[in-house]
Amino acid sequence: MADLVRTPAAQAGTDPAAPSRWRRIRPGTWIAALVFGFFLLQLAGVIGVPLVDSLGTRWFTSWLPQGWTTKWYGSAWREFQLGQVFWTTALVSVLVVALSVVIGVPAAYALARRDFPGKKAVLLLFVLPILVPPLTYGIPLATVLYKFQLAGTLTGVVLANLVPSVPFVVLTMTPFIEQIDPRIEAAARMCGARTGSVLLRVLAPLLVPGILAASVLVLVRTVGMFELTFLTAGPDSQTLVVALYYAVFSAGIRTQQSIDAMAVMYTLSMLVLLVIALRFVNPTQLVTRVKEDRSA
Amino acid sequence: MSATDTRAAPPPAPPEPAAAPPALRHRLAERGVDRLLLLAVPGVLFLAVLFCYPFFYGLGLSFQPAQGGGPFANYRLFFSDPYLRETLWITLGLAVPAALINCLAAVPVAFRTRGVFRGRRLITTLLVMPITLGTVLTAQGLLGYLGPNGWFNKALLGLGLIDEPLALVHNYWGVLASLIITGFPFSYLLTLSYLTGIDPSLEQAAATLGADWRKRLRYVLLPLLAPGLAITFCLSFVLAFAVFPSAQLVGDPRRTTHVISIEAYQAAFQKFDYSLGSAIAMIMAAVMLAVVVLVLAWRSLLYRGATGGKG
Repeated sequence: MADLVRTPAAQAGTDPAAPSRWRRIRPGTWIAALVFGFFLLQLAGVIGVPLVDSLGTRWFTSWLPQGWTTKWYGSAWREFQLGQVFWTTALVSVLVVALSVVIGVPAAYALARRDFPGKKAVLLLFVLPILVPPLTYGIPLATVLYKFQLAGTLTGVVLANLVPSVPFVVLTMTPFIEQIDPRIEAAARMCGARTGSVLLRVLAPLLVPGILAASVLVLVRTVGMFELTFLTAGPDSQTLVVALYYAVFSAGIRTQQSIDAMAVMYTLSMLVLLVIALRFVNPTQLVTRVKEDRSA
Repeated sequence: MSATDTRAAPPPAPPEPAAAPPALRHRLAERGVDRLLLLAVPGVLFLAVLFCYPFFYGLGLSFQPAQGGGPFANYRLFFSDPYLRETLWITLGLAVPAALINCLAAVPVAFRTRGVFRGRRLITTLLVMPITLGTVLTAQGLLGYLGPNGWFNKALLGLGLIDEPLALVHNYWGVLASLIITGFPFSYLLTLSYLTGIDPSLEQAAATLGADWRKRLRYVLLPLLAPGLAITFCLSFVLAFAVFPSAQLVGDPRRTTHVISIEAYQAAFQKFDYSLGSAIAMIMAAVMLAVVVLVLAWRSLLYRGATGGKG
């Protein structure tokens, strides 16, 4: 698009030997390149240190460790019982994704199709848990869960993680459902389909892409959700993020390298999830979608 | 978000039972209330039980201090104890700069990457990637990278820019860096999303009328982007205000980065004073709400209207 709107200066350039390519680059580009470069350089450093450390033997004050090894990964796996932790993480995430889709998609459908008194209040109810950071409602929530003896269990962790996930599914699915022409459902109803079969046979297939996108995003959020899990998890219901935090906090006897190895494993699994998420969701269309609506 | 749904056509009538329906049902259906709304009930109930109830429970609990001394004892304690009161300023001192930096840095990068160009997917993925790092890897990385023997100080020493290593971790700067690394991708995504939501024909129209890039930026794009930027700022502020693990790991949690969420957590789950913990959580929520309302009010003074966003 930047090419469509040429600067008048470039068009009015009378000099046949056009000014050097670098001078024509707009200042915005320079600033963006600087910000981008600086950010990437620092990021490389921040990621590089634990990565190198997890693969090195001994590393004191030199630029790089003295030798290379992969033994820290094995020892981290055993030391932190990562098999168990990965299993808990997977279980919690799958449960949260499934339940939030089951609760959230019907609600999104009702919100997308009906305009009813009090709709604004319901929308606010769905927006608030996303807007407010988890720690503020997490503390009272964990207190309540302790009261009902649910904190410390897998159920408690799943319930707490559902609080931001259900609204997230609702809010991502509502615009998606609004795009589906209600006449399709009207036609199905005219042909005699009952609500159940309209939902299952007509809407569900149309909604599958949206549900997949929302599920992947919820999955990424749940695997990365620190606060809520931290506040509600017991020793055997920790997910990977929380186990990692405790590993750092109760360091002492643990070697720095195996903590780094564990952190690298966490980041790798999150990276895989993120790349999958970006396949399904165009990040530039999280908030607004101009073109699609125009052509629709 | 979807409050703009102003579809004029009446919703399809629900399948009616064979028996004659009561008239009330018809009147309700005309206003959009029918059996289809039952679909929203589980979601609303769920949030009522697990979001509203705990919130009001916590609010009530915060007025029942463990030590006694009247309903407002916890709030009095918070605002009269300098060590506790200070947490508020420390947190604001971290959150406001972090949110500002993230928003201001996101704008030029979003402008540059909004069009379609080769390698766009790679660059956006790289920019979004820090989301995957998690606080622990970020903290470990910052401790190693910015530490006295880290690559950053080594490079600066090698270039002759400094004489002795800068103290960048276990203090304010480490936490700020961590907030920027984890917060920037988020503000970038939001800004990019708002920016691509602006109809390109508006800019083309301005260009046709002879506006150069400065004028287009100043009079067309920035005013249209302002509401989105305000919301981006609010969300990054809210994220940064609740900073918890990184303040513990790369900061100096007892003094210079003794943020409010550490205090809330310690009160509730280390001293088991749920009442004080809830009170601090309520103070956090109130401060956040105040800042968000301020920013949005200021924004509405500047500009009123739609971005031409989603229809």
